[in-house]
Amino acid sequence: MKKIRVLIAKPGLDGHDRGAKVVARALRDAGMEVIYTGLHQTPEMIVEAAIQEDVDVVGLSCLSGAHMTLFPRVVELLREKGAGDILVTAGGIIPDEDVPKLKEAGIAAAFGPGTSLEEIIEFHKKNAGK
Amino acid sequence: MELVERLLNGDKRAAAKLISLVENEDREAAEVLRELYQHTGNTHIVGITGPPGVGKSSLVYELTKVLRKKGKKVGIVAIDPTSRFTGGAILGDRIRMTELSTDEGVFMRSMGTRGHHGGIAKATTEAAIVLDAMGMDVVFVETVGAGQSQSMIWECVHTSILVEMPGMGDEIQALKAGILEIGDIFVVNKGDMEGTDQLVKELESVAEYKAMEQEWKPPVHVTIATEGKGTDEVVSSIEDHLEYLKESGEYQKREEERTKGEFTRIVQDLLLKKAFAGERSKKFDQLLKEIIEKKTDPFTAAEKLLEE
Repeated sequence: MKKIRVLIAKPGLDGHDRGAKVVARALRDAGMEVIYTGLHQTPEMIVEAAIQEDVDVVGLSCLSGAHMTLFPRVVELLREKGAGDILVTAGGIIPDEDVPKLKEAGIAAAFGPGTSLEEIIEFHKKNAGK
Repeated sequence: MELVERLLNGDKRAAAKLISLVENEDREAAEVLRELYQHTGNTHIVGITGPPGVGKSSLVYELTKVLRKKGKKVGIVAIDPTSRFTGGAILGDRIRMTELSTDEGVFMRSMGTRGHHGGIAKATTEAAIVLDAMGMDVVFVETVGAGQSQSMIWECVHTSILVEMPGMGDEIQALKAGILEIGDIFVVNKGDMEGTDQLVKELESVAEYKAMEQEWKPPVHVTIATEGKGTDEVVSSIEDHLEYLKESGEYQKREEERTKGEFTRIVQDLLLKKAFAGERSKKFDQLLKEIIEKKTDPFTAAEKLLEE
């Protein structure tokens, strides 16, 4: 039986992973397999992990403000490695005006502060593993 | 099959996709394994087991670093528990091994147990077959945090390493059957903690007993995995053990045991699937109801279910 597999990763240098862990746990409770990478990941590490773990979605969380650099880089590297079909989602402190730019760069969804866990779970169930 | 071609050329995405196929019991899985089987048999499969929190992942990370320095290619299959209630899992073994992600000569995969018992995932052996065919020199299989009886790892590997840490039990634990019986190499991790000497002595006495029944006496190593201390010695023992297996003829015996275990599991799975398929699932529900209502007993009901 196919299960939805999600990589939750923390690119960049901030050490705030409470949000990432809450999301990881919610996805687990929704029956998904969640691989958590831990803090301080480079886009290269995240992309390699996503490929080796054969995930459907990579959830990126960043609270340092470097999302406009790091997130598009992950999408770019995935495409370079022939894994552009893996969805990339964004979480953390992301100003509203950045969201369209991230989407243009290939981020499938942005889950900013205040997003309900139900919404995140629904997104994964609807879009992952196709 | 194209994926198999790519795997044999060392393509990691292909390896990952193939592992998913066997893990999901996809229809193509049997075909894939049939193709891969002829390319296997060159990998030293090493199991790492022990209680939760003793440092299995950290140890695998350090052992892999040592092997990489020797130019060996390393595969890692790390298993964490799947929730019995939701089917979900948090797979957290990568956290201790992040730096290996970008190493060309390492492939690491996390797996959930998905309802399988014995400390490993159902597709553990199959994942190892994929990594074997990919050309890995050593494949580590890291079990879930294992208690006393999760000793199934023994059936899937050539060499098993039991990791313990000080302060988790007394002498009588060493006498019980189960997990202590399976170690070919004993490691006392977190070796700077109080009680290390005592634990080493206890494990050495277990090793003495084992040496009375077999030629190989399990060495006992003290490590501090997070600092990379003692890991060179563990790698030497892994190599020694493989040499011992090959010279003593034990290797062939273990291969046969492994194959028997694998074959048995596949037959069991097939039987189970048949037992619950189609009409039987209705019959199961009906019999279950009768058992709950005490109209019959589970033993009679089970016989009835499996009648043609």
